[in-house]
Amino acid sequence: MSTMSGLRVNLAQAEPIALAATFECAEGELHALVGPSGSGKSTVLRAIAGTYSARSGRVRVNGEVWLDTAAGICLPPHRRAVGMVFQSYALFPHMTALGNVMAAMGHIPASLRESRGRELLELVHLSGLEHRRPAALSGGQQQRVAVARALAREPRVLLLDEPFAAVDKSTRQRLYREIAELRRLLNMPVVLVTHDLDEATMLADRMTVLHQGRSLQCGSPEEITRHPASAEVAHLVDVRNVFRGCISSDDPQHNRLTIDWNGCPIVAGTKAGLRSGDGITWAIPDGFIVLHRRDRPSRGEHENPVRGHIESLIVIGQTAHLTLRPAHEPALPIHFSVPLHVARRNRIEETAEVTVSLLAEGIHIMADTATAGAE
Amino acid sequence: MDWTALWLSLRLAALTILILLPVGILAGRWLACHDFRGKGVAEALVALPLVLPPTVFGYYLLVILGATSPIGHWWQTTFGQPLVFTFTGLLLASIIFNLPFAIQPIQRAFEAIPADVREAAACCGMAPWQALLKVELPLAWPGILTAMVLSFAHTLGEFGIVLMVGGSIPGETRTIAIAIYDRVQAFDNAAASQMSAFLLAISLVTIALTFAFSRRIGRRLG
Repeated sequence: MSTMSGLRVNLAQAEPIALAATFECAEGELHALVGPSGSGKSTVLRAIAGTYSARSGRVRVNGEVWLDTAAGICLPPHRRAVGMVFQSYALFPHMTALGNVMAAMGHIPASLRESRGRELLELVHLSGLEHRRPAALSGGQQQRVAVARALAREPRVLLLDEPFAAVDKSTRQRLYREIAELRRLLNMPVVLVTHDLDEATMLADRMTVLHQGRSLQCGSPEEITRHPASAEVAHLVDVRNVFRGCISSDDPQHNRLTIDWNGCPIVAGTKAGLRSGDGITWAIPDGFIVLHRRDRPSRGEHENPVRGHIESLIVIGQTAHLTLRPAHEPALPIHFSVPLHVARRNRIEETAEVTVSLLAEGIHIMADTATAGAE
Repeated sequence: MDWTALWLSLRLAALTILILLPVGILAGRWLACHDFRGKGVAEALVALPLVLPPTVFGYYLLVILGATSPIGHWWQTTFGQPLVFTFTGLLLASIIFNLPFAIQPIQRAFEAIPADVREAAACCGMAPWQALLKVELPLAWPGILTAMVLSFAHTLGEFGIVLMVGGSIPGETRTIAIAIYDRVQAFDNAAASQMSAFLLAISLVTIALTFAFSRRIGRRLG
């Protein structure tokens, strides 16, 4: 038996729901499973908890095997020490807040349950509401009861299934802070399922991008958004500037590689395994696109300049979201954003002619796929 | 007032719901929580007594439970008395014709419990029987109560099947519904009216109490 600490998940099945998910979550780590609706995130979570039986796979926690289909091991959910917070909280409506928390304490003597339950409710800032039923609690309070109930089991793994989806924005911000605080007190793997990339980036140490039941990439949120493994991952993590091109020259000695992007040369850092003439997919995150000042030359203007006209300008808060149609290939729009005051100072408006630089350090080259450049 | 018939009816109804309570909970929960091949057929069989004319249903029971049938013959040789035209036979018939009244409300009540609440019980470390006792039964309780009240009231009032399977033997198979019919046939309208009023009162009070109780539980669950 392995002595590895933390959670290791490896699931595979072709039907009824296709699954090919592999990831690890160390003790004290918060690992986000990110993907659109129907990507199999919740199914993976339920397979860890044991409420869904995957046809093939392994789930191990701190060396303890919860599921090993090859060895014929499949612990029922009530024998897996798991704390689960459901999207709808799934509180027991006929029990009080304290009753809900105590319901998960079957493993400790009855005489200790009430005091422990009160301690947990205090931990989630619900003192004084012990005797309220779920129907008499707000969404945020219900979520806290659900967290306290999940911890009452003294779990080896904490599973959070879109726990912030059903509360308003201000409550969500407060709950984010509370979960971040709580994490420091817990030394266990925490798996968070979310479709909200910002939420995952804010809370998670590492994340796995899931699509149609397949885990496409694991890594830190920054690593995945900066270096998506494929065009599919790039689209899923909202990197909108994904294009196809081909290598026109490669100079590894000077770490300089030139991409022929529909006639426009784009210089980027070199990447092993590529040769001149290879077809590639490349991406550039929003933050690496620099708008040139229109009144005077800017620094870095020589770096991959792309001229074009602004097709759309959408202001959200203090940010202007721009779409640029490049002059050399108007069918391949570039999306980027600038602070609103920058847009105003440069008199950026729809149809305005502008030039942007695509910073070489932000250009990420991926394996070629046919789906790139679809936007 | 035929007190013997009333007592027999109450005894029959009480024993019927006593036996149907576990049967209804097990069958209702099974139908609510499992999908299997032939589920539609199983549900149709459970619902059959609702649509079949009582005399037709009674006739088939008479044929199946009669002394010449394998079941009736086995019963006669094992227990030394026939099934039809006895209280035991009547109880068996009563259980069968009340199956839809007992199972359907319980099935609906279990179906109304969200799947994630069941899963939450398991994730709280509750074994399936603990989840049933601590979470599912308290939540399905209004449906279970409704099932029992419907079965009780239906047993008190059933006429056609009782007459076919049990006949009208005083103290053995003559229920209050049969007694009312007998009194009307004998032009004893006063007795018939008294018994009818009594039956009406029992039914009304039971139904009213059930509704009040269900409302209270509904409020408690929010």
